[in-house]
Amino acid sequence: MDYALIVILQLVVTIANLALISAGLAVIFGMMRIINMAHGEFLMLGGYAALVSHQAGLNLWLAIFVAAPVTVGLIGAVLERLVIRRLYGRMIDTMLATWGVSLALVGVVTVIFGNRVSGISPPLGSVPIGGYAIGLYELLTAGVTALLFLGGWIVLRRTPVGLIARGAMQNREMAAALGVDPARVYATTFVTGAAISGLAGALIAPITGVAPSIGSVYIAKAFITVISGGTAILTGALSASALLGSVNTAFSFVMTPVLGEVALLAAAVLLLRVLPRGITGRFFRRSL
Amino acid sequence: MSLLTVSDLAAGYGQIGILRDVALTVDKGEILGVLGHNGMGKSTLLKALSGAIPVTRGAIVFEGLDVAREPPFRRARRGLGYVPQGRQIFPALTVRENMEYAARAAAQPLEIVDDMIARFPRLTPILDRAGGVLSGGEQQILALARCLCGRPSLVLLDEPTEGIQPSIRDEIVETLLRLRRSLGLSILLVEQNVKFMGDLADRVLHMEKGRLSAAATPEIAAMA
Repeated sequence: MDYALIVILQLVVTIANLALISAGLAVIFGMMRIINMAHGEFLMLGGYAALVSHQAGLNLWLAIFVAAPVTVGLIGAVLERLVIRRLYGRMIDTMLATWGVSLALVGVVTVIFGNRVSGISPPLGSVPIGGYAIGLYELLTAGVTALLFLGGWIVLRRTPVGLIARGAMQNREMAAALGVDPARVYATTFVTGAAISGLAGALIAPITGVAPSIGSVYIAKAFITVISGGTAILTGALSASALLGSVNTAFSFVMTPVLGEVALLAAAVLLLRVLPRGITGRFFRRSL
Repeated sequence: MSLLTVSDLAAGYGQIGILRDVALTVDKGEILGVLGHNGMGKSTLLKALSGAIPVTRGAIVFEGLDVAREPPFRRARRGLGYVPQGRQIFPALTVRENMEYAARAAAQPLEIVDDMIARFPRLTPILDRAGGVLSGGEQQILALARCLCGRPSLVLLDEPTEGIQPSIRDEIVETLLRLRRSLGLSILLVEQNVKFMGDLADRVLHMEKGRLSAAATPEIAAMA
């Protein structure tokens, strides 16, 4: 019984982690059809923003929930203005440009912080479940992820801003012909995606630590999750996280965590072979 | 003074010029028709006027201001409405959301949505259906109602009868004539359907190979 409960909780945490590291990328890809190759570095910057502000004396929760998203959101705003805005509608050029940005960010952060792993101690301790235990902070991270997606759903479904965003996502030329400034929608989207990535990076930092090159660990999983999910921002990221996270957890428990990672990648390859447009390209087509 | 004055207009796609030396005027409350066969540049004319494609030469003076170099969203906010060929309904938004979208994009009060629903009663039973599952005729009526939710003073209407049944065609004619009377709406209508054009247009121009001329084809002469 305890073992079953710990497996279920671990499954929830794994799915939430996948969804969390993919959320910012899903927002930017779903809305703008831009594959942001600097997404991993946005997560890394979120981790460093939380680390530095906490070391400077800021309360840990403020560092994670305020300093990190605001910092990375601002960096995203500068990047959108200087680089992304000039490349709208040119997917390959945008991939190359954001790849260049990611290399530059890794270089700059390495110069400033050195090529070593820094960490924040995970707060909150752990919860014992029979002979097992699971970190309370990991469960909190899963809860925050759920709230993040619920908030995203409410904004997109229930607010005027969400309505404008959904229309621009479906047909940007028509949105412009009705009076919507697409550049403003895209700038807002990019900054929002960057801020979410910053928050995600900060939330994960106490679990994994931060290093200048840690973005490369995130980008592959986030990229696979978003592409497997398809174009629906929330349902796509969530459904792909649930599927790939389940495969990962099952193989990790039955075999080893390394084989769990391999199984996750194999499942994604198989999924895209069967559903080339991702899960929401075939199912939940009208979902968000 | 005319609501819209276009002079010496040239536009096209990249290096390929389509429109040449186009000049026309639309007065307030007037319905101007542009007839022509496929591929003559009718839709390109509306795209150039709405800003969907850039103009390479000429002026588009709308309500006294040259908007030829303005982006589409700014022209829309000035009151230049556009109902494109193929309707371009947002497929995953409901009928009501499609209309609310236009009202919000043009900073109009949401009461205008209910006003337009009252003017297009065919939309009432389908308000909660997704735009993508509607029939061609329903989509056309929605496209028109959506455009009017932005309260435009001039509507650029591209081939509204394409692929719709005659009963809906008649409904569109009646509704547009009623809207002109009640709102003083002006329309620049592009069509291949001579009967539809004859029922609606005050004046008809003919477009051939990207140039406009006074209507002089046998069909238009017969219509007159």
